[in-house]
Amino acid sequence: MHEEIRIRINGKSLAVPRGTSVAAAMTRAGEPCRISVSGQARAPLCGMGICFDCRAVVNGQPHVRGCQVQCEAGMEILSDE
Amino acid sequence: MSVTTEVVIVGAGIVGAACAYELAKEKISVTIVDSSGVGTGATAAGMGHIVAMDDSEAQFALTRCSQKLWEELREQYPDTVEYQQSGTIWVAADEAEMAEVQRKHEYYAQRGIASEILDAKALEEAEPSLRRPLAGGLLVPGDAVVYPPCAAMFLVEKALELGAQIHTDKTIVSIGNGKAVLRDGTSISAKVIVNAAGQFAPKLTPGIDIRPRKGHLVITERYPAKIHHQLVELGYLKSAHSTTADSVAFNLQPRKTGQVLIGSSRQYAREDSKVDGDILATMLRRAFAYVPDLVGLSAIRVWTGFRAATPDKLPLIGPWPGDPSVFLAAGHEGLGITTSLATGRLIADHYLGRKSEIPSGPYLPSRQQEAFGHA
Amino acid sequence: MNEAVQLRVEVAVVGAGPAGLAAATVAAECGASVALLDDNPGLGGQIWRGETALSKNSSGANWFARAERSGARRIHSVRIFHLESGRLLGESPDASYEISFNKLILATGAREQFLPFPGWTLPNVFGAGGLQALAKSGLPLAGKRVVIAGTGPLLLAVAQYVGDHGGEVVCIAEQTSWLKYVAFGASLLFNSGKRRDAARLSWSLRGVRHWKNCWPVAAMGRDRLESVRLSHHGLSKDIPCDYLACGFHLIPNTEMAEYAGCEIRERFAVVDQYQQSSVAGIYCAGELTGIGGLDRALLEGQIAGYDAAGRRPLGERLFASRDTQHVVVEALKDAFALREELKLLPDFDTLVCRCEDVSFGKLQPYRTWREAKLQTRCGMGPCQGKVCGTAAEFLFGWKMDPPRPPLFPVQCSSLAAISHRNCSEELTGESR
Repeated sequence: MHEEIRIRINGKSLAVPRGTSVAAAMTRAGEPCRISVSGQARAPLCGMGICFDCRAVVNGQPHVRGCQVQCEAGMEILSDE
Repeated sequence: MSVTTEVVIVGAGIVGAACAYELAKEKISVTIVDSSGVGTGATAAGMGHIVAMDDSEAQFALTRCSQKLWEELREQYPDTVEYQQSGTIWVAADEAEMAEVQRKHEYYAQRGIASEILDAKALEEAEPSLRRPLAGGLLVPGDAVVYPPCAAMFLVEKALELGAQIHTDKTIVSIGNGKAVLRDGTSISAKVIVNAAGQFAPKLTPGIDIRPRKGHLVITERYPAKIHHQLVELGYLKSAHSTTADSVAFNLQPRKTGQVLIGSSRQYAREDSKVDGDILATMLRRAFAYVPDLVGLSAIRVWTGFRAATPDKLPLIGPWPGDPSVFLAAGHEGLGITTSLATGRLIADHYLGRKSEIPSGPYLPSRQQEAFGHA
Repeated sequence: MNEAVQLRVEVAVVGAGPAGLAAATVAAECGASVALLDDNPGLGGQIWRGETALSKNSSGANWFARAERSGARRIHSVRIFHLESGRLLGESPDASYEISFNKLILATGAREQFLPFPGWTLPNVFGAGGLQALAKSGLPLAGKRVVIAGTGPLLLAVAQYVGDHGGEVVCIAEQTSWLKYVAFGASLLFNSGKRRDAARLSWSLRGVRHWKNCWPVAAMGRDRLESVRLSHHGLSKDIPCDYLACGFHLIPNTEMAEYAGCEIRERFAVVDQYQQSSVAGIYCAGELTGIGGLDRALLEGQIAGYDAAGRRPLGERLFASRDTQHVVVEALKDAFALREELKLLPDFDTLVCRCEDVSFGKLQPYRTWREAKLQTRCGMGPCQGKVCGTAAEFLFGWKMDPPRPPLFPVQCSSLAAISHRNCSEELTGESR
């Protein structure tokens, strides 16, 4: 009984089960969490808040570790540059 | 180690590196010795601000001459040196400080440095992140920023290309009479030993007055275009002047990476390199007062460093009286990066008996000997 | 905006994995006022991540229920960035915390050790525990082809998890040799609990390819992972897949303990039989004192919790059980030691520092971590060297610098809270 919520990642709307982390949602959607300093697309690595590769812009706030934040209805998520 | 060389340079920080480069350029055989590595001491801790300072004629002459030397080499810097002429804005909080802006503008103009007075509106446009209202400021576009550890490495590498040698992880325990003695008991003979050991210079040349002045810096995550110029409050010099009290001054730098470097603090008589929470907080709150947005920026690291300070705020550059084989190149306080190149040039001038581009008198170590009445 | 929360407790526990959860629970049950703090959005650490998904009557579910009943105050999403005698500071997305305590229990667990190899930065290359953590946080595994590489029993646990959740484990690549692997299995025969777990695990993975002397040499793909090249007995094998989960041992998160002045020896926090560290009033429990798994963590946590709450005899009753766990720790170390070939995996362009994109080749000229860091920016990013510094230690033998504040990136406003002075005192300009 997983309720679904709607979020937007890089402008695209999608539905994810409540309790999904931002990092999991972005990986699921095939969107990079961030672009590295040399231009590489990056996705989560450690899943536990240590590596900082899952940083994304969440509701306008940059550098948010997506693996430590749960998606909320209406969340605006962008790849961190 | 049994090495024969013309000049031994003690210390591979920015000053030692600059000395090595200038001497090697003149085909003098140079051996650099550092107890650790290149640029790992105070050089690594500072902001890397290359600034023309008007605290005194002598300070101005040295900073200005050196700033030009930094500019002359700009085509040669690898990307790692991160040289950029982002300019400085001296920020005035009130009308009294605006009067100081006016004075500074005239001072610079008379000495060939371009600067522009910004009124409140112009300041807002130049730096939207500054709090309002502020009275205005002085923009000095010729000031620059470098990343010091790589700048020191660049200078060392240039010196090595020109025939210099370097020994790292080797500690020199005494210098004098044409010899630098290492901890392992070996020694290096040389015509001149340049003491560029920063805060440790007095250990090798007892009697000079150089004292450590602890500073703190904070660096943030990347926030490109948060600020565009190095921003310094006009009260900065008051802070730099105080010879006994702890003080802070607003000093903010945009790094090429988009990170923001937040300073500055000064503390005397602190040997401990641990981060001091109280002065850190005071420094940060002063910064928040100028750039309110800073409160929400993510701070990744905090570190401390020790500037080498002299009582008259000028470095010791030149021969040490009483031992013709010892030169000093130390005591640069917060202007080490800026004045390193000119220091190197002056040291080479002294070695070669060449006339210097600026009067070298004010920086002579002999002034300290007189002041303290040493033999 | 940001709420400022000030708490005073008898026992503060950092880390809500099994060790911390157990410590906080028993201390609170003994009547101490307790605060349990964790950086993750929920409690449970890694092994019990996603508490709502835990099956009823499992060990985890029982401990959670007990923790809830105990009265310990549980605070999640808080990162601790400074601590000193009797006080710690934390930051969460909505609040800043200042917590005063009499006793501190550090149960900060362990993180994965990542070994760089070409392509490891591609999206869909994860840590082994990392993939599991993400799956527990909503990453679907159904229909995904997963290669699991690295070393140690964790790989099997992850393989089982992937299988249970609809993923296809294409193969397990274990870098240790057959001989060592079998010897480890034999050593478990003497521990009935582990024997049972191992048997169950082996049975559930019976159809899965499980190669020894096997490790990843490259992750390949254009925008994301498409295949993994494995070296197996010296031969190259390209395996198409969707996810690669790599687990090369766990590194204890000792930074906070070291910051507090606790003695660290051979990477782990040194504790006495009561789990007390070398600093009076600070305890360490769980993976922090040795990589030894769930049971050991629970026992150590309880012993620390009872002691911190002043009920030492209750902890002493658990000594015997705890002490048998030591054998497992040692056996693991020997059986799964990392082979030297793994140091040769990165090529010149392989990134070591992922925050600042510093390649292996760029690091080679330097002799120390400090020099490399200053010259290349390796380790200067937000991970503060937890990924790259650990990798550099493996590759070059460099020792990292002792930790400085902040222990975690935090807002500048939080940094200002390290001070003891209150806001109205300012220092500017001349002497007062």
